[in-house]
Amino acid sequence: MRTVLFQLLVGRLAIGLATLFIVAIVVFSATMLLPGDVVEVLLGQAATPEAIAGLRTAMHLDDPAPVRFVHWLMGLLQGDLGQSYVNNLPVADLIASRLPNTLRLAGVTAAIAIPLSLFLGITAAVMRGTPYDRTVSILTVAVISVPEFMTATLAVLFFSVWLGWLPALSHLNHVDSIGDMMRVYAMPVISLTFVVSAQMIRMTRAGVIETLDSPYAEMARLKGASPARVVLRHALPNALGPIVNAMALSLSYLLGGVIIVETIFNYPGIARLMVDAVATRDLPLIQSCAMIFCVGYLILVMLADIVALMANPKLRG
Amino acid sequence: MTELVSIRDLKVEATSDAGRRIEIIKGVSFEVKEGEIVSLIGESGSGKSTIALSLMGYARTGCRISGGEVMLDGRNVARMGERARAGMRGAVVSYIPQSAAAAFNPAHRILTQVVETARIHDLMSEAAAKARAIELFRALALPEPETIGFRYPHQVSGGQLQRLAAAMALITHPKLVIFDEPTTALDVTTQVEVLRAFKAVMRERGIAGVYVSHDLAVVAQVADRIIVLKDGAVQEEGATGQILHHARHPYTRELLAAFHPSPRAGEPIETNPAAETPLLDVSDLVVGYGGLKADGMPQITAVKNVSLRLEKGRNLGIIGESGSGKSTLARAVAGLLPPASGKVSFEGRMLAPSAGKRSRQDLRDIQIVFQYADTALNPAHIISDILGRPLKFFHGLRGSEQDVRINQLLDMVKLPRALRDRRPAELSGGQKQRVNLARALAAEPKLILCDEVTSALDTVVAAAVIDLLKELQRELGLSYLFISHDLSTVRAICDEAAVMYCGEKVEQLTPAKMDSGGQHPYTRLLFSSVPKLDPRWLDSFEHDREAVSAA
Repeated sequence: MRTVLFQLLVGRLAIGLATLFIVAIVVFSATMLLPGDVVEVLLGQAATPEAIAGLRTAMHLDDPAPVRFVHWLMGLLQGDLGQSYVNNLPVADLIASRLPNTLRLAGVTAAIAIPLSLFLGITAAVMRGTPYDRTVSILTVAVISVPEFMTATLAVLFFSVWLGWLPALSHLNHVDSIGDMMRVYAMPVISLTFVVSAQMIRMTRAGVIETLDSPYAEMARLKGASPARVVLRHALPNALGPIVNAMALSLSYLLGGVIIVETIFNYPGIARLMVDAVATRDLPLIQSCAMIFCVGYLILVMLADIVALMANPKLRG
Repeated sequence: MTELVSIRDLKVEATSDAGRRIEIIKGVSFEVKEGEIVSLIGESGSGKSTIALSLMGYARTGCRISGGEVMLDGRNVARMGERARAGMRGAVVSYIPQSAAAAFNPAHRILTQVVETARIHDLMSEAAAKARAIELFRALALPEPETIGFRYPHQVSGGQLQRLAAAMALITHPKLVIFDEPTTALDVTTQVEVLRAFKAVMRERGIAGVYVSHDLAVVAQVADRIIVLKDGAVQEEGATGQILHHARHPYTRELLAAFHPSPRAGEPIETNPAAETPLLDVSDLVVGYGGLKADGMPQITAVKNVSLRLEKGRNLGIIGESGSGKSTLARAVAGLLPPASGKVSFEGRMLAPSAGKRSRQDLRDIQIVFQYADTALNPAHIISDILGRPLKFFHGLRGSEQDVRINQLLDMVKLPRALRDRRPAELSGGQKQRVNLARALAAEPKLILCDEVTSALDTVVAAAVIDLLKELQRELGLSYLFISHDLSTVRAICDEAAVMYCGEKVEQLTPAKMDSGGQHPYTRLLFSSVPKLDPRWLDSFEHDREAVSAA
């Protein structure tokens, strides 16, 4: 069993590194396509052509793209994410100040969304065909179809504007009590839970239904097992693979894809940092953020594979 | 003896997808005494499993017990609440499924699942249950009884799993055990071992049983009484000997008759192979799976140096247990799985190893019919599309010409023309297998590879398909390479049979020699393992697995 797991890990790491390299090329090329550059942003419209050219040379922006790419990649390999063009702070420090916020938001959302999805998915599967199941299915489809800016905006309209219960913006520096924290996190978390739960609910329901129809689930019933035992002990372990994969995809979305929600609530997370970096053409920051999203995604998918592998004695060998 | 089970006027209703209610069990009544084994026999769809499951108060999805009473150990299971039923399931009445391989949960160790029943009903301590499980493993003649329980289901063989399922059913000292076709999925040689283990344990402990099967010969070995079912109603009921020898009902006679298919009345083979080029000539064929090793041989060899000759108009049977390489051989001849080495020639022409490189003529001449018509026919297409495809591909037939030919093909396989606009799901198992055959005939082949074509069918339906194959051969001058694990069907249709064991052809026999048993120890074991209608057969069976392993 160790060897199978080890082989899988080594294989995945190799593929992961290759993926990262390709992503690095794509990200770098994509940032090259951005119109204008940081010098124009920094010096403003009144800048003379001479000043622009001088600053470009000073910042090594005149070097050919492949040279700059290699330079950046070498830095990455040594753990140096580079300096921000805009405020000359190390990119690592900028990210370090924002990443915990994003992780906290993702963590709170996951802590609510995962149990909720499992509960709704499993109960819908057990009560298949009942009005309850249909209601859950219709709601998940509806939630998938509504874009997140819509959900977030409606939440603001409802809770902040009409009811006045919650602040429209998330100011993290005024958090002194649990009550404050809940007020700050409530709306972003609700919006994100809506976005990520739908897929997890659907996968859980489908996976559990499939295993509940299996001969071993029938056998468990014929052994006198209670419905709860049939689901939790016999059906769920065999449905784990696809469910965990759906979770990994949803969680990776929480790490990098929450730009819209962070922007709407003015939440100081890493996604907003990246959006701001795009506005100022701060290339090292954009590239580092993109690479972090990619690493997070790869780690989550790999964890999902390992969990699926551990749950399946056949694959464990 | 007192009555343990008494079923009165049992009715079970099924709701179809369209919401229509159909009565599938139409008022069945019978009794089972304590310690007695009663068999329910009938073809698929006769309701035998449904009746057996109703003894546990259980109905599959879409079905419900709609009337009558099912008295088990003095209580009416049909009128019980779900909680009370769960309390009886596993404890008073337990179940051995058709496929233990599917009924064991792949995620848990075997021992955990075997003792689970005892733990659910809290009948004994964990340690006591484990000790009893090991005792049962020993009684059921399982290898390594102390440790086999620590394996996962995929790590033991099908025959062993079936016995482990029996241990799972017996661990709680039930009063009644339901056997739902427990040996149907097994090879004949394994079936004998499993049947013996079942019979010994049941007899020793005096447990009553309901044995569901479609195989009269198997039932003859274990049952005290036989109940013949058809279309959800009892046709005939009687002691085993009486049913076997003095069957009164026409349907029972039909079942018995299907058991003795008439052997093929082939004229003796002219022993002059050099005179004519054979239709199919396979020499030193090696086929395997997985990547190639350094010496160019595959990682897992499924067929080892097999040579075969088949003359025009003759039929060659390939027999052997699952995993012996029969189907792999057929796939290699068809070009679906290119062989690692060896030659396949057809009418003297050398065939390319893979189907993709063969000429259209070569492809047309050899057609293959698979075991499961369910998976071989595209469920999204209607029958006329399924048959029209090869007609267009091989003969360029379109429009009305194609229509005429499709009707002819349906006539040939004796299917009503009205079926041409149906989809496979709307057809019965036997009808689907006929469509499967008609599709092969559409190419106008010279050789048809029949891969277990009757194995998924009921006895009576299978006999009809065999008759059809014989008739088509007479009319069209076909040859068959007939792969089967069932000796009586091979005997019914083949001029000769090759016996495969562990990828090798161990012997080639004529039907006359099949009766005398052959030379190779495996051939003898295989032939002697086929259950006979004689109820004393199992007890007098001489077991010589060891002789085979030694050889």
